[in-house]
Amino acid sequence: MRPRLAVYKFASCDGCQLQVIDVLGRARPHLGELAELLDIEHFLEARSRIGAGPYDVGLVEGSVSTPHDIERIKEIRQQCRFLVTIGACATAGGIQALRNWGQIDDFLSAVYATPAYIDTLATSDPVAAHVKVDFELRGCPIDPGQLASVISAFCVGRKPRLPGYSVCVECKERGTVCVAVAKGIPCLGPVTQAGCGGICPAHDRECFGCYGPDRQEPNLVSLTGFYERHGANRDSLGRLVQSFNAWAPEFRTEHDRLSGDAP
Amino acid sequence: MSDVRKLTVAALTRVEGEGALRVRVVDGKVEIAEFNIYEPPRFFERLVKGREIREVPDIVARICGICPVAYQMSACHALEKALGIRVTPEIDALRRLLYCGEWLQSHALHMHLLDAPDFLGCESGFTMPPEHAPFLERGLRMKTIGNQLISVIGGRAVHPINVTVGGFYKAPSGADVRGMLPDLEWGLAAAEATVAQVSRFEFPQFSAPHEYVSLHADDDACREYPMNHGRVVAVAGGHTTLDIPVADYATHFVERQVPQSTALHCLIEPGSRPYCCGPLARMATSRHQLPPRAAAAAAACGIDWPTDNPFHGIVARGIELVAAFEEAVRLARGYRQELSVPRVEYRPQPGAGCHATEAPRGLLYHRYRIGDDGLIAEAVIVPPTSQSQARVEEDLKAYLPTVLDRDDAEATRRCEHLIRTYDPCISCATHFLRIERHSPGRPS
Repeated sequence: MRPRLAVYKFASCDGCQLQVIDVLGRARPHLGELAELLDIEHFLEARSRIGAGPYDVGLVEGSVSTPHDIERIKEIRQQCRFLVTIGACATAGGIQALRNWGQIDDFLSAVYATPAYIDTLATSDPVAAHVKVDFELRGCPIDPGQLASVISAFCVGRKPRLPGYSVCVECKERGTVCVAVAKGIPCLGPVTQAGCGGICPAHDRECFGCYGPDRQEPNLVSLTGFYERHGANRDSLGRLVQSFNAWAPEFRTEHDRLSGDAP
Repeated sequence: MSDVRKLTVAALTRVEGEGALRVRVVDGKVEIAEFNIYEPPRFFERLVKGREIREVPDIVARICGICPVAYQMSACHALEKALGIRVTPEIDALRRLLYCGEWLQSHALHMHLLDAPDFLGCESGFTMPPEHAPFLERGLRMKTIGNQLISVIGGRAVHPINVTVGGFYKAPSGADVRGMLPDLEWGLAAAEATVAQVSRFEFPQFSAPHEYVSLHADDDACREYPMNHGRVVAVAGGHTTLDIPVADYATHFVERQVPQSTALHCLIEPGSRPYCCGPLARMATSRHQLPPRAAAAAAACGIDWPTDNPFHGIVARGIELVAAFEEAVRLARGYRQELSVPRVEYRPQPGAGCHATEAPRGLLYHRYRIGDDGLIAEAVIVPPTSQSQARVEEDLKAYLPTVLDRDDAEATRRCEHLIRTYDPCISCATHFLRIERHSPGRPS
């Protein structure tokens, strides 16, 4: 029997689900075949038919941000043998986790005139804050190649193998001149998980951490200290680490240290 | 004595995000037709407060993974107005080429995977029967070409990283851009074949008078099928009902919060009129500016434009596919990497500016105020789906009576199709469509 796949969405932009559609439906034969290896049983954006659970692999996009979301993610966990988060929202809370620092009421009234109608949590949480997650696929958005690799790993019952190094390695691989060293641009490449292909430095700009902190004990204090000694503005560095993976522990701690919110 | 009949489906599917619909019919009369948006709010207008000007295009892109370029384009233009800078014609042309890529991938996705299955009697693009394989494969290849075009210019297909206020971080290489030409030329012919095919679909007999709103670029500053520039124009029944510069948008359009939605409803004043934006609206205001082959496709498809049948949306999208390929071919041929500068520099300074561009789904309005500290002090963003939301509800009210003689499943499916044909971009999770029917003679 072929593995049964389910795809779910929480608070997010849809971009990672779009990568799933791209991988499953791409007009590239070697990836298109992936759709032949499994049955898409629950994927509201792509199919009207919904197959009953349980499922072998569940992919979750988006952060948990309403009381109803908490109930739903618990049900989904029970339905899925392997639960995989896809993207920065599901893995780290996403850009919307910026509200985790502030007063939710202030955020609500900035957008909606009558906040009482809106049912929302004070925080935007990673899925792992509420249920056990078997694998976290990072990126804002996730990379289609990495996604294909993870799906096929679960389909054949082995552990996904993804790079554990930083974006710096990808820059070296593609021969990009270091923007931090050569141009003095504060870049998060040294502390960010590889996966994007080092695209930002290749376009003469800084890495801004879409793939979250890398898994090899990234030393943010050392890195931002280096940039500060070379003239970077401390507030600016604080904003740099406070974006799409702002609530990832390493980035969060460094933001708070830079802004004086924490030791 | 009224009786209650409830039609329920577990999920409104093949739309981008979480939407719900609640319809109540009493004595054959539609009392309530609510198109609800349950997307958990993400507060982007608040998120960009206190951020640097250069961070805004990257942040607002994350509002939508399907049309990030639209958010980046509206934000960049609005901030450039606030800063009082103008980009070069070369940068402007490259932006239009990038936008073509987004229209291509978004339209091809919606037409082939989301909308067409309803016309072809199947539940998903992934499970289309073999006889439709050529149609589907052609569509997916067009989508892939759109993605590649965005990657070549923007660095990656979803959430491009090369767009910045003032232009681009780095000009793409001439070889890479012109390397797209064989695919773009193939796509142009493929899109024409697709228009011919979708215009032979069997469309539900339905029409409702619509007021259409889009940008319209037809003056000395700019003459083109609208993407990045133009005045805000409304047309209804063959007459122009509004023609204003984008700067006056806020005085003619109101956003209103309604209990059933986390998206704000947008209406035209006076009279709080619902309206429709997107491909049908652009065809209504600007079809005379389509490039030649797209104009020929529009003339040959058998539909009198503008149309008041929302199900014709798939044909309008197809015509815009032709237009986007045609424009992309022209712009890629004319591209030279030797853009004197990839971007116009600026110094952060206080100011305010607004701009609108045409996202695949329609008008996308942004307004920003930059504070004395050079950081974003205020942002207002009006996305296309909240603008069409009220219009969709009006259409549902008009359409329901024509499907109530069908059984529950079929009536429900037809209502879902009507919603899908608008290509709503609502983000999120559970979907719920319920029709409550109250009619005399049956116990409630």
